[in-house]
Amino acid sequence: MQQALRIPVSGAEAIDGTDLIGHAEAFRNARKPSLTAPPAKSETRGLPLVIRDLRKAFGDNEVLRGIDLEIPAGQFVAIVGQSGCGKSTLLRLIAGLDKPTSGTISFGETAARPEDIRVMFQEPRLLPWARVLGNVEVGLGRERKAAGAHERARQALEEVGLAEKRDQWPAVLSGGQKQRVALARALVSGPRLLAFDEPLGALDALTRIAMQRLLERVWADQTFTAILVTHDVAEAVALADRVLVIEDGRIAEDISVDLPRPRQRGSAELAALEGSILGQLLGPGTAG
Amino acid sequence: MSLIDSFPKVGNKVRKLTVPRADGLIPWLVPLAIILIWQAASIAGLVSPRVLPAPSDVARAGWKLLWSGELGRNIWVSFWRASIGFLIGGGIGFAFGLANGLSQLSAKLTDTTLQMIRNVPHLALIPLVILWFGIDESAKLFLVALGVFFPVYLNTLHGIRTVDTQLIEMGRVYGMTDGELFRRVIFPGALPSIFVGLRFALGIMWLTLIVAETIAASSGLGYMAMQAREFMQIDVVVLSILIYALLGKVADSASRVLERLTLSWHPAFSKQ
Repeated sequence: MQQALRIPVSGAEAIDGTDLIGHAEAFRNARKPSLTAPPAKSETRGLPLVIRDLRKAFGDNEVLRGIDLEIPAGQFVAIVGQSGCGKSTLLRLIAGLDKPTSGTISFGETAARPEDIRVMFQEPRLLPWARVLGNVEVGLGRERKAAGAHERARQALEEVGLAEKRDQWPAVLSGGQKQRVALARALVSGPRLLAFDEPLGALDALTRIAMQRLLERVWADQTFTAILVTHDVAEAVALADRVLVIEDGRIAEDISVDLPRPRQRGSAELAALEGSILGQLLGPGTAG
Repeated sequence: MSLIDSFPKVGNKVRKLTVPRADGLIPWLVPLAIILIWQAASIAGLVSPRVLPAPSDVARAGWKLLWSGELGRNIWVSFWRASIGFLIGGGIGFAFGLANGLSQLSAKLTDTTLQMIRNVPHLALIPLVILWFGIDESAKLFLVALGVFFPVYLNTLHGIRTVDTQLIEMGRVYGMTDGELFRRVIFPGALPSIFVGLRFALGIMWLTLIVAETIAASSGLGYMAMQAREFMQIDVVVLSILIYALLGKVADSASRVLERLTLSWHPAFSKQ
């Protein structure tokens, strides 16, 4: 049974461009036999997000100057902007790592549990003294001691294709593998909103592409709301349903990306979209 | 005569051990060579027995003391003092290190005082300690505890303060309580530094104890050496010194074993 559910994962090492989305659908369909088509928006487990007039100041320095934003449940949103534009601050506020100076952030009508919202950082932040499986179990939060915690952690590891590394120390893993363990840790509690703070920024180009495919696959598979902060505009248009450009603490541009998935890397539409967003970021005059 | 006869047997024993664990014996080759050269020099008459007795004489003295029970008793007394003093001083140092590493208030309150006391060489307190406690057990325990306190305190404090703040943030994000955060993130993160303190403390423990026993005691290894000096038993003096070296090695090995058991995740310790 387990064997049948197994899907080949293109990991940090193998980036042969296999159609992971297709595999993900097969995987999901195998788990829920009644589903034959990708889930409609109403079936998502994701949390909707509503932000009203959000401001954040550090002393005299106002980083966010009034953000209004609505994200429907299950959407994949990328946030791009120059360094210091406030995009990471926005993400930290959404994730509850910092408190806003004013304004509100709400997650639909139901109160979100702490396990519903997870963050993946730029660094893996694994505990070096815990085995890979132990690190994933950290992600269960308060449910860590509940029965079946082991099994859930093992499944999350399998999801990112590292089931065989469960008893290793993090120190022996490669950079991409560490980030995949961090992803498993973020996924294990079944989050309904996952915030990514440039999680791929420190990886080499090839590992990065493999990780992007993995992110897209788990998002399609687990249907959470995804918010990805990134420097890389190509990454944003390849992955997201919607790209937000932040400038000077405000949302300067809100672009929806209506291209079918899986998206072909280097296709003309993606390149054109990327070019126009880059033009916006670099300011008038430099735009192509 | 039977004592001398027993020597070749020791040699045989060494040879037998080299077969299964040749690698583990390599570090002992140098000490062994020194003893052999020393023995040869003594037999050849190059070294006067009044300056340095031959290893065989030292061993014979050791055998005699062992047989009379005196050696065992003195080693036991010293060992007992060392461990109790270490537990007291190390325990208090560890507690202060934890408290000051985790609480700003505690650090503000006590750190300056402790830093001032640290700069007084604790052996300089021997005259005062003798006046307070006489040459009682408590005098030695006090000195050992004081000597051991600072390396444990400083390294525990340093270890806790330098735990990766990103990991602490991660722990909080994933809903760890303060207790869990300490147990799963802060303490394991501080452990390598705590072990550095432990090994420093073991060295200071022996040093303090031997000095204290040499100056004021009526039992123990230091006392045994001083007594031997009174009676010009230079073989016993040399024997005591060799025993210090062995005990120091034993303490160091014990802490290494402990390190390897608890820090197996650490790349520096797992490559064994």
